[in-house]
Amino acid sequence: MAMTFSFFAVIAIVVVALIGALSGLHFVFGVILPYAAFAIFLVGFVNKVLNWASSPVPFRIPTTAGQQKTLPWISDSKLDNPTTTIGVIGRMVLEILFFRSLFRNTSTELRSGNLVHGPAKWLWLFALIFHWSFLLIALRHLRLFVEPVPFLIQGIESIDGMLQVGSPPIYISDLLIIAGVTFLFMRRVILPRIKYISLAADFFPLFLIFAIAATGILMRFVFRVDIVGIKTLLVSLANFSPVVPDGIGVIFFIHVALVSALMAYFPFSKLMHMGGVFLSPTRNMANNSRAVRHINPWNYPVKFHHYDEYEDHFRDVMKDAGLPLEKE
Amino acid sequence: MSTPKTKETSRIDFNPPSEGWMDTPVKIKPGIYCHPAKPEKIKDVDMPNAHSWSPLHDDWNLPENWKEIFFEGMRERLDKHRSFKIFMDICVRCGACADKCHFFLGSGDPKNMPVVRAELLRSIYRGEFTTAGRILGRLAGGRPLTKDVIKELWYYFFQCTECRRCSLFCPYGIDTAEVTIIGRELLNLLGLNINWIQEPVSNCYNIGNHLGLKPHTFKENIEYLVDDIESYAGVRINPTFNRKGAEILFITPSGDVFADPGLYTMMGYMMLFEHIGLDYTISTYASEGGNFGFFTSFEMAKRLNSKMYHEAKRIGAKWILGGECGHMWRVVNQYMDTFNGPADFMEEPVSPITGTKFENAKSTKMVHISEFTADLIKHNKLKLDKSRNDHLKVTFHDSCNPARAMGMLEEPRYIINNVCNYFYEMPENTIREQTFCCGSGSGLNASENMEIRLRGGFPRANAVKYVHEKFGVNCLANVCAIDRAVLPASMDYWVPGVNVAGISELVANALIMEGENEREYNLRGEEIASLKEEA
Ligand code: SF4
Ligand code: SF4
Repeated sequence: MAMTFSFFAVIAIVVVALIGALSGLHFVFGVILPYAAFAIFLVGFVNKVLNWASSPVPFRIPTTAGQQKTLPWISDSKLDNPTTTIGVIGRMVLEILFFRSLFRNTSTELRSGNLVHGPAKWLWLFALIFHWSFLLIALRHLRLFVEPVPFLIQGIESIDGMLQVGSPPIYISDLLIIAGVTFLFMRRVILPRIKYISLAADFFPLFLIFAIAATGILMRFVFRVDIVGIKTLLVSLANFSPVVPDGIGVIFFIHVALVSALMAYFPFSKLMHMGGVFLSPTRNMANNSRAVRHINPWNYPVKFHHYDEYEDHFRDVMKDAGLPLEKE
Repeated sequence: MSTPKTKETSRIDFNPPSEGWMDTPVKIKPGIYCHPAKPEKIKDVDMPNAHSWSPLHDDWNLPENWKEIFFEGMRERLDKHRSFKIFMDICVRCGACADKCHFFLGSGDPKNMPVVRAELLRSIYRGEFTTAGRILGRLAGGRPLTKDVIKELWYYFFQCTECRRCSLFCPYGIDTAEVTIIGRELLNLLGLNINWIQEPVSNCYNIGNHLGLKPHTFKENIEYLVDDIESYAGVRINPTFNRKGAEILFITPSGDVFADPGLYTMMGYMMLFEHIGLDYTISTYASEGGNFGFFTSFEMAKRLNSKMYHEAKRIGAKWILGGECGHMWRVVNQYMDTFNGPADFMEEPVSPITGTKFENAKSTKMVHISEFTADLIKHNKLKLDKSRNDHLKVTFHDSCNPARAMGMLEEPRYIINNVCNYFYEMPENTIREQTFCCGSGSGLNASENMEIRLRGGFPRANAVKYVHEKFGVNCLANVCAIDRAVLPASMDYWVPGVNVAGISELVANALIMEGENEREYNLRGEEIASLKEEA
């Protein structure tokens, strides 16, 4: 059910965009929709992060993944159990850029009554492929929004296209993102445990991203579009003086509608893990709570059982047992 | 109710049924849950909504406005804990955590996958607190809060030992233990605690320790141990109690004073302190290192923890030395100073024997006995005869909290290697930060839930079995009072022939004390020569 719904939701976006483009609503689908989606993305994203940040971090709760810093002759694990800000930054860099925790992944099997634990790196590998190619693709799209194209973006594009297969040359990142999405999708269908935990909200972004990549590739190789017209449109969008040239091609508007859907959906979905990973208290805090007092802004005094009450209660037995007393 | 045989419990299916979890109502089974908290024990410590109820009854006699209480409680906690908010929002259901939980690995119950455990509450969060969830409901992964959902939350939040193994593997550091901690707080607002937690809380609050040992009994128990030390080692030790002016206040879980085999660890501490001539005292008032309040609510944790500093101040101690315990050290390392600090009435801890400054504890002013002992050994301050432990083939179980909420991995190993000749590590995915829980932590060490304890203990026990068969390991060392209380049952069930011992017991057996006898007996009163013959 979750999967079917998500599938048809994406199909619906495609159909609406198709009808819209065919009926000449180019300004709506080429200008209003992406502007609106981008605005929702920005405002939604910032809002969500501010909302998280508005809740304090009352306790210092890093998950320690290595030796603590104690005695000088025991070497501590500076990245997996950081005690300094630099260490924390290192840990976060490893986490965000290289998915350190996922790299640790293991799989456990029951073999003749015994549990056998082994490394499991596929998820890590494909997650890395997926996210990095997504980033590369996003970056190289910038060339469509600015003129002249910055050197760095040109560089990314030429490296991405260095396979020199096909004409125009196929991008490595296109292949990788399709591989990544396919892997992430297949494990949700094939692995019983992952299937069990998957919701519509897990399939929808996968289908959406697949559709975005697919329409992008189709645009490049099958339904040739007017790239000059597209660039004119996108540069005009970036300059806030939108013009929609004629004859851009229907597939482009479908692509844009899908990307817009992704942007507008982003802040309200699990995709916010992109922002959340920076703020996760089990990862972004130093394990130094015994050396530096962490302050809880809402710490309040509590009622506790005072020693005097204790002694009042037990004075006789304490005296008999020869325990020292405050008041005889 | 009898516990099923290992043949049955080790047949586990890790593949969930095709029926989705939202469509599978909770089935509460004996052997898995613990008895409800007795209302008077809740009232004892002024906690809300004390009432009688039974997990097997249809009606749990919830307060009339239960829904409002629950949602209000959630709202408050979302505002107070960034962790809770983020963990409610960003799980991508990648499943990396799914097979990391000992309860899932031991029971195969799909709702024991950490991701689902947290989703039980996240679905409520989405349904009530997010726009998408309010409009789209189930399509957005939301579901309404019903009385059945409360039962489900109760059942599964009391099948989580807050071990944080899942959080180690999560790419966003989502800590299901944190979700459980807050989930239990919410259940406590409705008066739905378990008695195995609530009674120790009440005891600890009013009497001084979880076990409810009154001052004179507490002292007597320790004096019995002193007598035992005299008969087995030939030295007479005179510990002091509640003594003002002592340099160091020593606090350990009361389990060490009361129950086998923790008793031997307690004897070990005292022999060590005697050996080095430490100026310390034991308090009958702050006579609990552990903190079952932590399994109830942050507030209760803080209330119980208050006593440590309060007593240190009264006595005028320079710093506090803490015994071997798991969750005690989570609280001490990550919460105590925040809760009840600043401890500016004490001094930065310095070992009076070696002069080592414990810089890592300079604010909290509490040092772990293993840190302290490792430092003594490093400076050659202990006279040791490790051959006395030669009949032991030792492996070390990292307790969850010292491993994943502190990172104390090397100190205990260093000590073991200096007091034992035969030490073997369990497989690498089962030790250090990846250690498996004993299966009974976070207040789930009752007897009525023995089936889930043994199931949850399976991954740990199975790793012990590996070294038992491969190297003949017969001693499971640890630094946790709950481990000492619960692992013997798990070993008897899964790996008969393995004993459980605190590290300080092993240290004391190897200690060459001044004026000692021939040391023919270990601290358990067993003849060492015949143990060696058997081994
Ligand atoms: S590992 Fe983290 S993100 Fe993945 S399912 Fe578990 S809690 Fe969610
Ligand atoms: S904290 Fe431990 S017991 Fe709880 S869900 Fe995570 S792995 Fe399981």
